[in-house]
Amino acid sequence: MGKVKGKSGPLARRPDNSAFKQQRLPAWSPMLTATTVLPFFYLMALICMLLGVWLLLTVQSTQEIKLDYTEAGTCDMCFEKRKNVSNAAQICTCTVVFPIKKALKGDVFFYYGLQNFHQNLRRYMDSRDDAQMVGRKTNLKNPSSYCEPFMKDPNGLPIAPCGAVANSIFNDTFTLTYHGSSGPSIPVPLLRKGITWYTDKNVKYRNPKNDNMTLAQVFEGTARPLYWQKPVYELDLLDPTNNGFINDDLIIWMREAAFPNFKKLYGVLYRAKQPFTKGLPAGNYTINISYNFPVQYFRGRKEVVLTTLTWFGGQNHFLPIAYLVTSCLILLIAIILTVVWWKFGKNGKRLEE
Amino acid sequence: MNVCLLLTCLWIMTMCCLYVEKERHVKANAQDYNDKFSYAVSRPQNDTRFALFTSVGCGYFISAVSECVILQDNHIKTSKYNILTFLPMNLFEQFQRVANAYFLVLLILQLIPEISSLSWFTTIVPLVLVLVITAVKDATDDYFRHKSDQQVNNRQSQVLIRGSMQSEKWMNIRVGDIIKLENNQFVAADILLLCSSEPYGLCYIETAELDGETNLKVRQSLTATSDMGDITKLMDFDGEVICEPPNNKLDRFTGTLYWRDNKYPLDNEKMLLRGCVLRNTEWCFGMVIFAGLQTKLMQNCGGTKFKKTSIDKLMNTLVLWIFAFLICMGVILAIGNTIWESWIGRNFQVFLPWNALQSSAVFSGFLTFWSYIIILNTVVPISLYVSVEVLRLGHSYFINWDRRMYCSRTDTAAEARTTTLNEELGQVEFIFSDKTGTLTQNIMVFSKCSINGQTYDHTDWLMSFQRILNDFTKTILSFYDGSLVEAIKLEDPAVQEFFRLLALCHTVMPEEKSEGNLVYQAQSPDEGALVTAARNFGFVFRSRTPETITLCEMGRAVTYQLLAILDFNNVRKRMSVIVRNPQGQIKLYSKGADSIIFERLDPSSEDLMHTTSEHLSEFAGEGLRTLALAYKDLDEDYFDVWTKKLMFASTVIENREDQLAVLYEEIEQGLKLLGATAIEDKLQEGVPETITCLNLADIKIWVLTGDKLETAMNIGYSCNILRDNMNEVFVISGHTLLEHILGLSRDGNDRSNRCDVQYVFSLQVHALEPQLEHVFLDLACLCKTVICCRVTPMQKAQVVELVKRHKRAVTLAIGDGANDVSMIKTAHIGVGISGQEGMQAVLASDYSFAQFRFLRRLLLVHGRWSYFRMCNFLCYFFYKNFAFTLVHFWYGFFCGFSAQTVYDQWFITLFNIVYTSLPVLAMGLFDQDVNDQNSLRYPSLYKPGQQNLLFNKRQFFLCTLQGMGTSFLLFFIPYGAFTVIVKEDGSHFSDQQSFAVTIATSLVIIVSVQIGLDTHYWTAVNHLFIWGSLTVYFATLFAMQSNGIFGIFPSNFPFIGTARNCLSEKSVWLVILLTAVVCVVPGLAVSFLRVDLFPTLTDKSRKRQGPQEQNLRRVRRTSSRRSAYAFSHQQGYGELITSGKNMRMSTVSSARSPERTPQSPTWIENILQKKNEVSDEITGAKQTQQQQHTD
Repeated sequence: MGKVKGKSGPLARRPDNSAFKQQRLPAWSPMLTATTVLPFFYLMALICMLLGVWLLLTVQSTQEIKLDYTEAGTCDMCFEKRKNVSNAAQICTCTVVFPIKKALKGDVFFYYGLQNFHQNLRRYMDSRDDAQMVGRKTNLKNPSSYCEPFMKDPNGLPIAPCGAVANSIFNDTFTLTYHGSSGPSIPVPLLRKGITWYTDKNVKYRNPKNDNMTLAQVFEGTARPLYWQKPVYELDLLDPTNNGFINDDLIIWMREAAFPNFKKLYGVLYRAKQPFTKGLPAGNYTINISYNFPVQYFRGRKEVVLTTLTWFGGQNHFLPIAYLVTSCLILLIAIILTVVWWKFGKNGKRLEE
Repeated sequence: MNVCLLLTCLWIMTMCCLYVEKERHVKANAQDYNDKFSYAVSRPQNDTRFALFTSVGCGYFISAVSECVILQDNHIKTSKYNILTFLPMNLFEQFQRVANAYFLVLLILQLIPEISSLSWFTTIVPLVLVLVITAVKDATDDYFRHKSDQQVNNRQSQVLIRGSMQSEKWMNIRVGDIIKLENNQFVAADILLLCSSEPYGLCYIETAELDGETNLKVRQSLTATSDMGDITKLMDFDGEVICEPPNNKLDRFTGTLYWRDNKYPLDNEKMLLRGCVLRNTEWCFGMVIFAGLQTKLMQNCGGTKFKKTSIDKLMNTLVLWIFAFLICMGVILAIGNTIWESWIGRNFQVFLPWNALQSSAVFSGFLTFWSYIIILNTVVPISLYVSVEVLRLGHSYFINWDRRMYCSRTDTAAEARTTTLNEELGQVEFIFSDKTGTLTQNIMVFSKCSINGQTYDHTDWLMSFQRILNDFTKTILSFYDGSLVEAIKLEDPAVQEFFRLLALCHTVMPEEKSEGNLVYQAQSPDEGALVTAARNFGFVFRSRTPETITLCEMGRAVTYQLLAILDFNNVRKRMSVIVRNPQGQIKLYSKGADSIIFERLDPSSEDLMHTTSEHLSEFAGEGLRTLALAYKDLDEDYFDVWTKKLMFASTVIENREDQLAVLYEEIEQGLKLLGATAIEDKLQEGVPETITCLNLADIKIWVLTGDKLETAMNIGYSCNILRDNMNEVFVISGHTLLEHILGLSRDGNDRSNRCDVQYVFSLQVHALEPQLEHVFLDLACLCKTVICCRVTPMQKAQVVELVKRHKRAVTLAIGDGANDVSMIKTAHIGVGISGQEGMQAVLASDYSFAQFRFLRRLLLVHGRWSYFRMCNFLCYFFYKNFAFTLVHFWYGFFCGFSAQTVYDQWFITLFNIVYTSLPVLAMGLFDQDVNDQNSLRYPSLYKPGQQNLLFNKRQFFLCTLQGMGTSFLLFFIPYGAFTVIVKEDGSHFSDQQSFAVTIATSLVIIVSVQIGLDTHYWTAVNHLFIWGSLTVYFATLFAMQSNGIFGIFPSNFPFIGTARNCLSEKSVWLVILLTAVVCVVPGLAVSFLRVDLFPTLTDKSRKRQGPQEQNLRRVRRTSSRRSAYAFSHQQGYGELITSGKNMRMSTVSSARSPERTPQSPTWIENILQKKNEVSDEITGAKQTQQQQHTD
């Protein structure tokens, strides 16, 4: 631990008298005293209480309609049909009727939900190639080995997009129809674009550079995923900004859910025309489903969710209740601490030496 | 060819390693002859060749061989590596650590794609960091060891090579070399004394380095070799020594010198051992018998052992526990996986088919087990060991930097020489202390006296005899008690007689180097102090011949005729001289232990005796060493008769000792008391306070000294180890095994039911024999204080080892000399006192500083802090890692036990080494629960450390429990929220990446809040690190999830944009807030309750921080116990003086005349001619006596 110092003389090796070296740095020594801890507890209880009440009131004002259509209405037929793999290519549509008793005011969001579908398995989550989906040519033709067994089709062509995630894309489609108390049925207009994260749509997923080629030419030499009916460059033929890897439905599906029960955004109510300018009016609705996605293998359920939003997101009863419970517990602890401190505390008695 | 040569060399080396030396043959000036024997192979030129060779081979084997090479010469080596062996050996050592090896295994596992649940960089980045930091630290440590080795090895010494004296480095001295030593030089190796500048081949050595005794010892060469004072004769010397092989017995040597067809027996009296210092001898020549590591000094140093602290051991155990826990979790999750796969996963195969390897659910479970081992590996914190090292290094620097452990007189600061033991300093239960040089300064000062019933006391403590030594002409010093000076000026006969006695009655040798520069060479420092005192009061002892003593009394030169010296020995406990003063009166002057003198007083002195006795009690009460002085006028006729009897008795061969004793007894009767002297054996500064303070901290202090019983007890009293209120002081001593068994077991039975007992042991070899050590230990531990006297260096180590082995307590050994080295190395912590002569103890020690009193600060402040910090650090560290890692466990139940991680891989890589390392380091480095003043003021604050309260298995369990709780809440609160969460713009939000970022952010915030609560002392650095870490976390988070880095490495940074989208949501912050509150509040409530209901002393003293002086100064004793001991325990020099053997020709001529022939007839020779017969016999007798003594 030699130190090279310019000093010399009789006190050459005397350590410096700096506050740091002498461990005398000015410091704040907080202590757990009743005067600091108890008020803190009461304050926390109060804050949690207020937040909880506020959240609860907010949540009360939202509405949510859930509709499990796995076997509902005419879908039981399709459900049976999809049990057999050989029928996978056949088209099956079904209809479910449901009422909305109270109008959903404001923006209404349309979700599809899956239960018991494990998007969070490690091998499933890894089974994708982000480099491919960001449009790298080399990865397009040579997908990452993580995509196995969905890397190449039986003919040896690389699959685009490769991997289990893309392969298992949710492929039911929905059309919603409003049956007002009077008048004809009106299809409910849904915005099916602009429903992804900005970063996903613009950074994370890009089509390969196409230098005046069509998308189909770019993807030449690749195969569509095994379970897909159409190749990736035909996902939305009408809108080139929603086709290929940057298709909104694909992007949403590729953002893997953390838990086996999840819902994903399908569309947002387009509120330009009557009678939907204020949201979804009360009345009867039918939902037409192109029933493709099989769930019976893994005992899953499919559902449709219609919901309105609050300032902190969708309808969420967990947070307000959790806050209220927390606040009560902290209050309880605070009272116990106060009693204990008051009755039994030894704080402040003399230091016996 | 070359290879052949190398192999042969190697073979020889290996053989010499295997060769066990049974007898040593050394021939002087015959290197070729000596080289025949394996021990003497070498000047180490071969070294380079071997070094080259080493690069090929494995480090250990080579180092073993190279050690063999080094054994041959006088080279010593304490370092571990050289440049070539560093990398393999260091890595090998590092991977011997369980943790490092474990991470290596993990790394290998991660390379198997079927198992790898984490990328390889999550492990390799921290592992490499850890290895590099440790390697750098080891390298620096070893570098300094190399430097200190080099410093010793490169000391210069004069060696006779090819007919001339040449300067050689110590390390190049070989067995069989003839080397020359000069005054005040350290002896370089164990050498056989051949001749010296003094007559009869005498030379004086100080053996303080070896056994701690500072009185001079005499060594004498064989008469046959004592006249080889010039180089040509030395050149021709071709004697061969055959002797015992190297061993560690300091007091024994047997060998034979074969020279010129004669056999001469050799014993320890002819050997100069490495570590001794040559004193009062101009020069001497000797032949090297043992060199380097074979010297008795080095043989006495136990091997360097790697010291581990108890926390280290606990930590290793805990890591194993954690490892077991990890395997349990892995098994649970693997079973879960098997069940899940066979129930659900089987059906999910449409979307995720089992891969080729995963042929069945059971095998899938097996693979999952390994995957989970990889994921959960962070419960065994990889950065733990390196963080601990960094903390210890920091604590060591704080010790080095501490100004209050800096001694300005010697300009030495405290130094932590090893950086691995700091927290152990906070747990010390036993201190083993050396006495001389550690507790005492080994400076004797004439402090008080009682003359003719009147006490005189000097007022100025600054007076030290060193200062006055140089100038004897300045006779009376103004800062002495004025009344004493007055009394001398008035020529008070009693006072004059008192100092005359001090000037006459001793065996000190004067040496007048130049006019006015008088140096006394005293056999014991006490005598020196007395003679010096007399000089200061105007009775200057100027010179002596065998028959005269010349004083300079108040400026007048007076020569006394020395008629007899009645020398000191252990039984007589007094010495007398009989002189004839210029007036022709014969006087006997006597000084000795008060009890002895009082028995022999003339009845007329009775009144004076009572007064003096009171004074003596007073002196003794202050811890001074006292002597009573008396004189007697002798009748000429009576003396003549007595002399004749003496002459007769001294020629008798049988029972001479007894006959002399009777004669002495006869003449030393009817003495007249003059007074008493009190000599202060100066303690080191602040020793009693320190000891009192350490006692209050429940630290047991044992004094282990090679010194004699009386001195040890005296020091025991004066430095508060023994106190008067300790009503029973037992002295146990015995010489044989049987006596010891009886003594120990009897006392053990007697005292077992009492607790306020003190023991003073006079330890003989046997007390440490296996049958006795238990009795000894049990008994010793009953006592508050133990003082062991007459212990050899090896026994010191044995005592320490005994306590260490059976008491499971942390031991600390402190000492200053080479005789303490073994004990310093044996104890858990070795402390060396630096700044004294000799560095052996310091070099072997773990900590060194200049004064004993710094021990108090080292233990109570630095040790306590280190321990406290380390414990807090460990608790927090385990908490943090459990909270961090177990989230994966809970997640397993939701992701089909598929070993999916919750966090981003980069977060896992960086969490321990970047996001949370600095705040906890800052806490571990700077935290102070109690400031240093209060730590010193309330020594009881030290006790938690001894009882291991701050970090033990229970604490570990609690903090892991807290970690588990935190991880549970940390997972399930966001889980509850995320099952139903959507973004404010309605978009899908319950994805794994957002969940990961939310949990990671909550975790970082929670652990930061927790460290904030655990920090007692918020310096600017803590603020900087805590806030800085949070900032760094967010900065890194955004950077790693930014567009740019994704554009470059899309596969490695898939979290692009998650942070932006996630942390802009109010609901996420609501979740984070809720999680943080719920996780922190319970801990806070519990610690508040603990402080409130069961406040520890620490909590209490925290409330009352503030400087206040506490008085720990010892109370002056008013004791009836008296110490009367101011002599060396060896036989005096009386006979040497009367025989004139140690008289110089003249100081001027003896300076620089190595070629001087002692045959030149001088007056001394004439005297010797007369006394030849007698003196020879006396010397012989003396030698046998000494031998008996040392045996």
